[in-house]
This record gives sequence, structure tokens and C-alpha cells, in this order.
Amino acid sequence: MHALRKHIHPGWLIIAPLLVLVVALYLGPILNILWLSVTDPEPGFGNYAKLGESDALLRILWTTVRICIITTMFSVTLGYSIAYAMVHCHQRQKNYMLTLLLVSFWISILVRTFSWLMLLGRKGLVNVTLEDIGLIAEPIAFMRNEFGVLIGMIHYMIPYAVLPLLVSMQALDKRVMDASSNLGATGAQTFWRIYLPLTTPGLVASTLLVFILSLGFYVTPAVLGGGKVLMVAEYISVQLLVTLKWGTAAMLAALMLFGVLAMLWIMSQFMKLSTVFGGAAR
Amino acid sequence: MKVGLFSLFNRVGAWVLLLFLVTPALIAIPVSLTPKRFLSMPSGELSLRHFQKLFTSEEWLSSFFQSGVIAISTSVLATTLGTLCAIGLWRVSSKYSELVRAFLLLPLIIPQIISAMAFYRLWIPLGLLDSYVGLILAHTILAAPMVLITVSASLATFDPKLEQASKNLGASNWTTMRMVILPSIKPGVFAGALFAFILSWDEIVVTLFISKFSVYTLPRRMWNGIRENTDPTVAAAAVVLIAITFIAFVIFAIQSRRNASNNAT
Repeated sequence: MHALRKHIHPGWLIIAPLLVLVVALYLGPILNILWLSVTDPEPGFGNYAKLGESDALLRILWTTVRICIITTMFSVTLGYSIAYAMVHCHQRQKNYMLTLLLVSFWISILVRTFSWLMLLGRKGLVNVTLEDIGLIAEPIAFMRNEFGVLIGMIHYMIPYAVLPLLVSMQALDKRVMDASSNLGATGAQTFWRIYLPLTTPGLVASTLLVFILSLGFYVTPAVLGGGKVLMVAEYISVQLLVTLKWGTAAMLAALMLFGVLAMLWIMSQFMKLSTVFGGAAR
Repeated sequence: MKVGLFSLFNRVGAWVLLLFLVTPALIAIPVSLTPKRFLSMPSGELSLRHFQKLFTSEEWLSSFFQSGVIAISTSVLATTLGTLCAIGLWRVSSKYSELVRAFLLLPLIIPQIISAMAFYRLWIPLGLLDSYVGLILAHTILAAPMVLITVSASLATFDPKLEQASKNLGASNWTTMRMVILPSIKPGVFAGALFAFILSWDEIVVTLFISKFSVYTLPRRMWNGIRENTDPTVAAAAVVLIAITFIAFVIFAIQSRRNASNNAT
């Protein structure tokens, strides 16, 4: 026991329970899924070859990527505006803003999706109001199309976009901006040439975070897309629960997983990942 | 002066956006008060019949109960494992421990649909599908990273000399942990427990895959209600969830304010 202690730090003893649990019950089956993608229904890269053969699969992938890109662009731009306003106002006002942000963060995804259903449906509040004031004669289709999915996703992702940006903006040295304006730069010049470049790490973190979270998003596309907008996550669930085709689902999951890991790697090139996830750097 | 104008404009925009984030959820309140039998906005007359139905329906009550049991168990289990692990990683603090930390955060960032597949895949042979144990274990693995993050953040501000002092004064490892470390990281543990509870209480994607009939959590029942899109009881449930969120948030805010003032004195 004593000899063992010399080599292994006793701290590992209390790390072990969680580590064992995650390796056995999480990493194990994920590796199994990766394995399935090249063995089910028969060994080989048949599942991946389907990507070249099936237009339907390609269309689903393209829909997913397109929706994720648009969602990310809007969420990060709007999130930047919110974070900028929060950093540049009085403490009191900032606290109120932070409260609203966190409350929206905490409201159940199902409650929010339900609300959009009530607002955007054919007889939803938005259509009824527009009809009442005579702006439109026929209800507009806000749902069961990409527009509805995008609204729901952007609404969900904005808080995730704001938080990394907020961290990065708060860490800035305000004297740099003062120096810039003392040297005669206009406000716009200071913003575009000093402020924006200095917040790049935050922008990258927020962009990749939102993109990663959007990739696997299931609830909102399934409800607001109403079966018309098929994204990868929903397709996987249909493959598993309805048609029972593990091979295709495993292939799509593997693609998604590698995409996410690649993005995490890019992210790690820009910053210490622990700062994004709030880990402790001692 | 142009900057001031731009900033002002941006600030107004930010407020509008923040209200856009919060207000849509509130539409559940009027819808839940409709006197009609289908989902609609009330016109004139209001009624509490859907709340009455929610609180007398055996199905909904059992879902509340099951979600509560699962979320509390998840919170306790994830907080225990996550806190121990965070303290361990903090004490080891080597290249390997940072690697392990990054690995343990993965369940948080890997898309939930993949996690759902993984649990589904493993729970079939283990016979854990549609059971409390299966759901609690799955939720614990998803929630433990949250605890790891909040506790690690608390540990980052903890002075390791205190630990040494305690040991030099003759305290055992266990006593040091209980009397010195745990009290100082209480805010992180508390926040982690709350986040773990909320994650489990609100979890739907993994739950959809690994539960069927015997375990029917609240999100699962709401999901069904949303898919069917007729019964206003869903709106009443949404209002109750909003209220719970609000109460949890107030508790959290009071707690963190108390911690802040404790630290100040």
C-alpha cells in the first residue's frame, strides 16, 4: 500500500468513482456506436458510402449545416450586441440585464417550444393579431418550415452566445481603448481596429459553442419543423426508434461526433478550453 | 458624440432582445386560463379548470412525482461524485488530471442525441430501459460535469495553505475535507446541486429514448402534450414549470447574495 502511494497520488482515489462510471456507462457505448458504424449491417464502409448514393441523406446533412450556420450567425451577432451593452452600462442596469439573461437560460426548453407553438401557429397570437389589425388577410406560415425552426433555435442559443463574449469583454483592459481615442482614433475606428480584434477569442468560443449545440439540437426542430424540416438528430431518432437501422444512425452519429471534436480542437487552438467551461486553472 | 449615440442605440437594442428572450414563455399564462377544451387564447372569461385538471389527474401527478424523485436522486448522486472528483483533480493537479477533467466534461458538450443513443444501446443488454435506475444513472452522467465546473470554480479561490495548516495541526484527510475544504466550497457545491437538479428535471432527449411506459417523467408528458397539440393542461403544466423556475432562481439569487456579503465581511 505504501509503495503504491508513492507512485499514485491519493487524490485519484476520489476521482475514480465518477471516472469509472463515465468510462463504463458512457465512453463504452459511444465507442460501440463508432464500431457499429463500420460493422452494421455488414463490415466495411457501406454506411459511409450511402452518403454518396443517397440524395435524401445529403439533403438532411445540408439542411442541418445550413440551419446551424444561420442560427450561429444570428445568435453570435445579437449576443455580441447584448454583451457589449452589458459591459458598458452601470452596475445596477447590468444586474437587471444579467437577471433577464439567466432567467431565459433557465426556462425549460419544452415550455419555450410550447410558447412558440402558441405564438406562431396558424391560429397563433401573432397571426390573429396581424389579422385583427388588418395587416394580412391570410395567416402566414411561420411554422412547419425553416423560419420557425430558426426562430426557436436562435431564441434558445442567444444566452449561450452571450456568456463567453461577456467573459472575454470583461477581461479587456479599458485603458487600451482610452489610449486609442487619445491618439485621435474615432469611436468607430477604435471599435473595428482595437475592440473587435481583442474580443476574437470570445467570438470564436461563442461561435463554436453555439454551432456545436445547434448541430445536435432535437426538440425545437422536431416540434417547430413539424416533420417538414428534417435535421440529423431527428433522422437518427427515427432510424433507431422506428426503422431500427443502427448502422445508418451510427454513421451519422460518428460524423456528428467527429465534427464536434474537430471544433473543440479548433477552439483549443484559440484559448484554454477550461476558461470556456469555467474549469479551475490553479 | 457619435459613439454615445451608437452605444445608446445598442443598449436599447439589447434590452429589446433580452425582453424577446423572456416574454414569449409568458404566453402560456393566458392560454392556461382559457375556459375552452382546446388550446386557445381566452376571450373575456377566464377559468382555472385546466389547473384543477392538472392537480387532480393521476397521470400528471405521477409524472410530477417521478420527475421529482429522479431529479433529487440525480442531484444527490451527481453532487457527491462531482464534488469528490473536483477535489481529487484539484489535489492531483497534474498533466493527467487536466486530461481527465477535459474527458469528464465531454458529456456536457457531446450532442444529447448521441448520449441518448449511447445510453439506449447499453441499457438494452443491462435491462435498465424504462427504469428509475436507468434514468438516474444517465442523468447523473450528464449532470456531474456541471458539478465539476461549479465546484472547481470554488476551489480555484480556496487557499491550499489552509489545507496544509489543518494537516499540520493534526487533522486527518477526512477531517480536513469535512471541516476545512467543504465549508469553503459550499457555494460551488450548492450551485452544482441546483444545476444538476434542473438538468434532470428538464431533460427530454435522453429520456425519450430510455423510458417508455412505467417511468413517465414530466418533460416526457409535456412532450406528448405538445406533439398532440390539443389539451390546454399542457399550458397549465408550463405555467407551473415557469413558477418553479422563478422560485429556484430567487433562491439561487438570495443564496449567492448571502455568499457575496459573507465574503465581504
